[in-house]
Amino acid sequence: MTTPAILPERGLADRLTALFWRHPRLLLAVLLTPPLLWLGVVYLGSLAALLLQSFYSIDEFSGMVKEEFTLKTYAELFRAQNLDIILRTLLMSAAVTLGCALIAFPIAYYAARFARGKWKAVFYLGVMLPLWSSYLVKVYAWKLILAKEGIITWAAEGVGLSMILNAILAIPGIGGNSLSTSPLGTFIVFVYVWLPYMILPMQASLERVPTSMLEASADLGASRAQTFRTVILPLAMPGVIAGSIFTFSLTMGDYIIPQIVGTSARFIGLAVYQLQGTAGNIPLAAAFAVVPIVIMLVYLTIAKRKGAFDAL
Amino acid sequence: MTAAVEFQRVSRHFGPASAPVKAVDGVDLTIAEGSFFAMLGPSGSGKTTCLRLISGFEKPTGGTIRIFGQDVSDIPPNRRNVNTVFQDYALFPHMNVRDNVGYGLMVKGVDRRTREARAEEMLSLVKLDGYGDRKPAQLSGGQRQRVALARALVNEPKVLLLDEPLGALDLKLREAMQDELKTLQARLGITFVFVTHDQGEALSMADSLAVFNEGRIAQIGTPAEVYSRPRTRFVADFVGSSNVLPPEVTRAFGGPAKWSSLRPEMLRLTAPDGVALSGTVTGLRYLGAGSRVTVALNGTEVAAQLPAGQPVPEQGATVGLAFDPAALHVMEGEG
Repeated sequence: MTTPAILPERGLADRLTALFWRHPRLLLAVLLTPPLLWLGVVYLGSLAALLLQSFYSIDEFSGMVKEEFTLKTYAELFRAQNLDIILRTLLMSAAVTLGCALIAFPIAYYAARFARGKWKAVFYLGVMLPLWSSYLVKVYAWKLILAKEGIITWAAEGVGLSMILNAILAIPGIGGNSLSTSPLGTFIVFVYVWLPYMILPMQASLERVPTSMLEASADLGASRAQTFRTVILPLAMPGVIAGSIFTFSLTMGDYIIPQIVGTSARFIGLAVYQLQGTAGNIPLAAAFAVVPIVIMLVYLTIAKRKGAFDAL
Repeated sequence: MTAAVEFQRVSRHFGPASAPVKAVDGVDLTIAEGSFFAMLGPSGSGKTTCLRLISGFEKPTGGTIRIFGQDVSDIPPNRRNVNTVFQDYALFPHMNVRDNVGYGLMVKGVDRRTREARAEEMLSLVKLDGYGDRKPAQLSGGQRQRVALARALVNEPKVLLLDEPLGALDLKLREAMQDELKTLQARLGITFVFVTHDQGEALSMADSLAVFNEGRIAQIGTPAEVYSRPRTRFVADFVGSSNVLPPEVTRAFGGPAKWSSLRPEMLRLTAPDGVALSGTVTGLRYLGAGSRVTVALNGTEVAAQLPAGQPVPEQGATVGLAFDPAALHVMEGEG
């Protein structure tokens, strides 16, 4: 039996395959047009609209937005009460990022280096499971856990550690009446909610560090601490930065957790929420929304300067 | 002479004690100081595990390892003055070549200026002057290999371990690197322990070599000894793919009723008439520098290697076989 050198065309699918084979760029164009439209119009377009709003101002008598270019709204950000909000958000975001990084690293390291087969599945499930339940439910659950009548206070009393808990709550700036009404409580809930976003990129970057590289470091005389500092950390840095982008920006934009858990002192997210809603001051809300963007840009620039992406 | 490395009944078993995987099983080994020692064997034969036992990345489950007379059972890798050239080179991608080479000095606390000077020295030793500022990603495979070598040598190790270092290089480069490694070793006088599955490489480079099979050493000796007097069927076949003849065939070839090895290049083809051994040509392979002819004699296939220029018989032709009786090597070992 002989087979032909060229197989017959089987219809539309083969015709399209042939078309894309002859014009590879056509396929790329077909694939890229919808997402680029989405990215360009919906995504960047709305961001541009937001930026534009922030250069408008509000008429103090009528409460109407004056569509004229001005930096007046930005100047308002520097009023003491607004600076306070920005500073508080910045500190909380930095603390949450650091807290997440410290807790996430050992977990990510274990998952990347040691977990195999079934344990890898358990790891992914363990990290992702909290993301499957409603965000609000989790936050309210934490409010109960952290409350004065909650399980933590109860457990501390049970094992005789109330003294320590009270001492921590007495620290000014961190403590408060109870955990659920203190900045420490807000911090704990933020760390809990954003932790998966730190673990996963960290784990991905650690997984790409071959074992032989750690062995090479030990082989050349490095102690564990030296290997960590000079090899593991620099190579994991892109993942740490990726994770910190998530935790940092998510904390800066969140407006629900600070309302439910904590001192009800305002954060950027809450300020934006209130300004665009009850106050109707869209320009100032937009200006506030620009702050996290600027902070992230500054943060990434510093990270790049420090060589955080050298391992990419 | 001191033994650079000494293994006494060393084993490395993996898995449960009831059904262990014996990666290394009761190996005795002595590597002389200043020698170029090759560990040869197929993949999974335990040669790489032996290398990792020396460097400390594996711990023996039995036996004792000594490096220059000192028991290293409780010494972690970073405190063994032994350095490794890894199979994948394991260069640090975030550091430039100079910092990679100077790494061993950096972790010992040597100041920047001294270690950079030493790194440059090492780079010129491996003929990579002026490459210090590049990143490993900007180098070719052969250049990376040299950086890995320089990085391991900067610590002035007592023993240098090389884990299939030439495996990823193409043939031409590999041959050049073989010569260079040999010269470098002679010049530095450091003990080199070289793991390879390439018997040609082991034979041409090593002063002595150990042939590994299934976690044990099948034979240890100089390349000439191992090649001309293989102790077991496995060694005869693995090193230089010899004709391994079962006892009855050995007798037909004029030897005692024992397993024997007959190197293909020792066989000559003759006219089929009036000779004791004749058979049919069943396979022909052109090798460039000669040809390999497979001849079937009463159900046993025997390979003969003909030098270039000799007439090659046709497939299916009947040929006679002749050889120098001294070339028939009777093996005392079993298996």
